[in-house]
Amino acid sequence: MNFNLRDWGASIWEKSNKWQRLAIGLSIVALLFAAPLLEKTFFNTPSTPFISVLFYPIGIYVLMALGLNVVVGKSGLLDLGYVAFYAVGAYTAGILSMHTKLNTWEILPIGIVLAMFSGLILGAAVLRLRGDYLAIVTLGFGEIIRITALNSASVGGANGISGIPNPPTTFGLKFDLENQVTYYWVILILIIITVLMIRGLSVRRPGRAWESIRQDEDVAELMGVNTYKYKLWAFAFGASVGGAAGVLFASKAMFIAPNIFNYNISILILAFVVFGGMGNIWGVVTGAVLLSYIPERIRFISDMRMLIFGLLLIIMMNLRPDGMLPRKKREKIKQVGGSNE
Amino acid sequence: MDFSVLTDQFASLTIDGVALGFIYVLIALGYTMVYGVLRLINFANSEVFMLGSFATILVATQVFNKTLESDPLTGFPLVYTMLAMLLGAMIVSGLISVLIEIVAYRRLRSRTSNRLTSLISAIGVSIFLAEGVRILTSSAPMGTPRILEKNTLFTVFGADVRVDTFLVIIFAIILLIILDTFVTKTRLGKGIRAVSMDYDTSRLMGINLNKIISTTFLIGGLGTGAASFFYITVYEQTRFSIGFELGLAAFTAAVLGGIGNIRGAFAGGIALGLIEMYSSAVFGTQWRSITAFVILVLVLLFKPNGIFGESLQQARV
Repeated sequence: MNFNLRDWGASIWEKSNKWQRLAIGLSIVALLFAAPLLEKTFFNTPSTPFISVLFYPIGIYVLMALGLNVVVGKSGLLDLGYVAFYAVGAYTAGILSMHTKLNTWEILPIGIVLAMFSGLILGAAVLRLRGDYLAIVTLGFGEIIRITALNSASVGGANGISGIPNPPTTFGLKFDLENQVTYYWVILILIIITVLMIRGLSVRRPGRAWESIRQDEDVAELMGVNTYKYKLWAFAFGASVGGAAGVLFASKAMFIAPNIFNYNISILILAFVVFGGMGNIWGVVTGAVLLSYIPERIRFISDMRMLIFGLLLIIMMNLRPDGMLPRKKREKIKQVGGSNE
Repeated sequence: MDFSVLTDQFASLTIDGVALGFIYVLIALGYTMVYGVLRLINFANSEVFMLGSFATILVATQVFNKTLESDPLTGFPLVYTMLAMLLGAMIVSGLISVLIEIVAYRRLRSRTSNRLTSLISAIGVSIFLAEGVRILTSSAPMGTPRILEKNTLFTVFGADVRVDTFLVIIFAIILLIILDTFVTKTRLGKGIRAVSMDYDTSRLMGINLNKIISTTFLIGGLGTGAASFFYITVYEQTRFSIGFELGLAAFTAAVLGGIGNIRGAFAGGIALGLIEMYSSAVFGTQWRSITAFVILVLVLLFKPNGIFGESLQQARV
């Protein structure tokens, strides 16, 4: 198979000048904002309203996959407890709206900061471990957070927190059950911001540090990369993205309970990242969109979702370990990185 | 926090803890032996345990036609039914363990040196098996017919020792002695130890690596299968998620004793069983599942070699 979608896209991008790039970018964004129009077509989902599917699962999962991609794909740190940061974001929204009058837009930065902070704490403790041990310990932390929430009466125990308010009307846009499309637009904006930030970081020092850590941590350390610091960075960045997804999820769903944030979510997000292509933003986005959309479109897959994803992890690792749209190695770093120094 | 429960029932908690500990020891074998040979966390071992526990119950219900209402057996039928259940669980678990190695790890081993790839593949196997059983059983727990009347055998320091806990401890000790003899005395066992000391050199010395690795997975699976039989005998119930719950605790036991080290797994398993029982008496049973995770995190952070272990740092590089 000689045709390669990623290379084809990349060659168009490289041939265009600044204005053409801007035009391409804007038209893609405009198309994405218009995606809810697909509701009347073949793509409509049978049992859940299409517009709410665009927000959850698709939007939320794309956002989380982007965050996890920085940790797993770019830096090569296998985090199996990513759901913990999602939970921190969601519980921040739940607890703050229960005790204060803050609205969703005011909670969002707090949730992001708290998630980032928990990422830093977890990272500071566990990032001395490597590879498979890091995976197990992060998995343990994810479970510790879930079980603690389950056993804490102050956050509602197993019943969780309900009655979390929707975001207030902003710029004339309403956020409620009738106007679900606004949620999609908000998460789309967040996704675009995240993509731009990751692209910005990738071509600069942190991105190169992550890449070197992923390829060989010992060599990176010897070459003078402060590996511990940049691993913490990656962790904190991934965590804050997860936290943002959590806050938005809580304000849309209006209800959260500990068992929503189980180990399966971490695996799900990992499957998106692995399927799409570890380290490549577009691969991860495509993977997350496809894998979260298909179970909604084809109902009978929905119950077997995790079964299929498990199988997918095995097949991908054995046949195509770099994913559907693998990252382009070396050249990319050299070209883009060099021009930015 | 309530220490009175701990002091009042110290002896019976200890006996339960030791029985649970032996179950952990046997599951931990599946992790520790594979780690010793391949330096790979055999994530799917927890599902081998889960499948073994279902196999145990299915032998009782399908082969011997027992139902949940059947009376407990006595005498000779009791002995051969239980032996058949034990063997059934061990064979099923052993074969599945070998199969997992062939399907999920073998291809990767020859192709890539990237550790994450094998680990993600292992996670895939684990999710696939757990979900497969979840769909087949519609998420419902499965109870076992009571084969063994759970009488009190004798009393030590005011604690009742029941027949089932007594059997678990005795059988587990016998199995562990057999295993230890196998690994230290036989030719295959020598091969396993050679591969775990130096993978490349042992290949150069003409050891058939695939055969040794399959044997390791088989032994790990047999131990895990025995553990699932004992678990069913004591706790009488299983469900699809049991692998996740017990598997990670057993992995913790392996790390606690020093992963890659069979005698370390023994000490780690017993220690973890006791700690879990004591801490659930003090903090309440709802926190029990956290205990293993907290211990795992603490051990990895402060004493990553475990109690007896080989150096992880060394093993990692």
